[in-house]
Amino acid sequence: MIKPKVAFCWEASCGGCEEAVLDLNEDILKVIEAVDIVFWPIALDFKYADIENMNDNEIDVSFISGAIRLNEQEETVRLLRKKSKLIIAFGSCAHLGGIPALANFWDRESILKKVYREAPSVINPEGKEPQVKTKTASGELELPEFYDTVKALNQVIDVDYYLPGCPPSPDLIMQTITAILENNLPPKGSVIGPAKTLCENCSRKDSKPDIMTLKEIKRPHEVIIDPEKCFLAQGLICLGPATRSGCGERCIKANMPCRGCFGPTDNVIDQGSKFLSALASIVDFNDEEEIKKVVDSVADMTGTFYRFTLASSLIKRKRRLK
Amino acid sequence: MNNFEPRIVAFLCSWCSYAGADKAGSSRKTYPQNINIIRVMCSGRVDPQFVLEAFKEGADGVLILGCHPGDCHYKEGNYNILRRYHFLKKVLMELGIEEGRFKLDWVSSTEDDKFVTIVSEMVKNVKSLGPLRNEALI
Repeated sequence: MIKPKVAFCWEASCGGCEEAVLDLNEDILKVIEAVDIVFWPIALDFKYADIENMNDNEIDVSFISGAIRLNEQEETVRLLRKKSKLIIAFGSCAHLGGIPALANFWDRESILKKVYREAPSVINPEGKEPQVKTKTASGELELPEFYDTVKALNQVIDVDYYLPGCPPSPDLIMQTITAILENNLPPKGSVIGPAKTLCENCSRKDSKPDIMTLKEIKRPHEVIIDPEKCFLAQGLICLGPATRSGCGERCIKANMPCRGCFGPTDNVIDQGSKFLSALASIVDFNDEEEIKKVVDSVADMTGTFYRFTLASSLIKRKRRLK
Repeated sequence: MNNFEPRIVAFLCSWCSYAGADKAGSSRKTYPQNINIIRVMCSGRVDPQFVLEAFKEGADGVLILGCHPGDCHYKEGNYNILRRYHFLKKVLMELGIEEGRFKLDWVSSTEDDKFVTIVSEMVKNVKSLGPLRNEALI
């Protein structure tokens, strides 16, 4: 039997998704036995040229993690799309833009200025910034172009399936690989994971009061968190009501509220605004001034509600005032 | 920029504000024609996604009008939108969409003059802010 050819690739990501593949532990041996890995920059020495030399659709599945913020990344994923039968957006960044997409509060100019000139640890008296092309004595050097706006994978190429999570849980990864090997995949475009919200399965569900209200929003470092009680009932922002379940509640079990990495459920486009609705509906004030006080107490509201989904939200980025 | 005519999407509750707008029309009051009215059963029905979608689809401003507090046909729908409005306004401002582009107010079925004033002021404000351009939205 010919083994299916599989590629793993990372774009704008932290490497946590690659780590998650290794977290399969002994199961990874089964995976390696079953498939032929043709590309995996973090672990194996293949080059882009090896992919270029393959036939179209020769790779059976490509798992791509990370958002797209450089033209090199865009070229790589376009190449993989051409050579692969299936593309799986692996993890929050490829699925929704993820943490790198929080850069969409700024743009290329302000990011490069901050990183290469203003950051306290930078010594750069000549004010040098990376250039796409640099002339040197030995010829012209080229660096990838840095985009203004970070994109999710499906804003650049056609994606077949999405594996959510920061990073996806080993169970879900194994479930996906098994589904591929057994040719038992859901309809194209599906997010692999349950259709319900985290709250539906939450281990703290029974501690949720019948009528949930809150008068004050607190941050995790300001309180001693009750390890059994619903976070929202404790006044802590927990994105559970607006987030897909299937993560195995890793954060909840570590006594930290949900940050929303699994993204919205199937019928929702904009996770942040759905959470906003849920939170606003439990604020226990009708008086405008009291409401404003609660609103003002939420630090970095957009960053909190759209922590993983800014690139794939309806608004996508901060507006440029020019 | 003087000839810029903003496009404003207005969500009006069926019971009070839409009736107020209707009264303005039947009493032959004039107001700027920049608003595109969408009738909803209650201002509390306005999902923040509707507002974001409107901005995404090219609206320069979004206006929500409901019954006065205490007058909601469904008792508390207008309080729901009041809370949601303040949260959403903060998110929009953090994304660079100015305060003047997103308004919530109360108009009863008899307040045709108030309706005309709110719409006229909103159009004037958005006109001075200029078009909402956001290339990422396109």
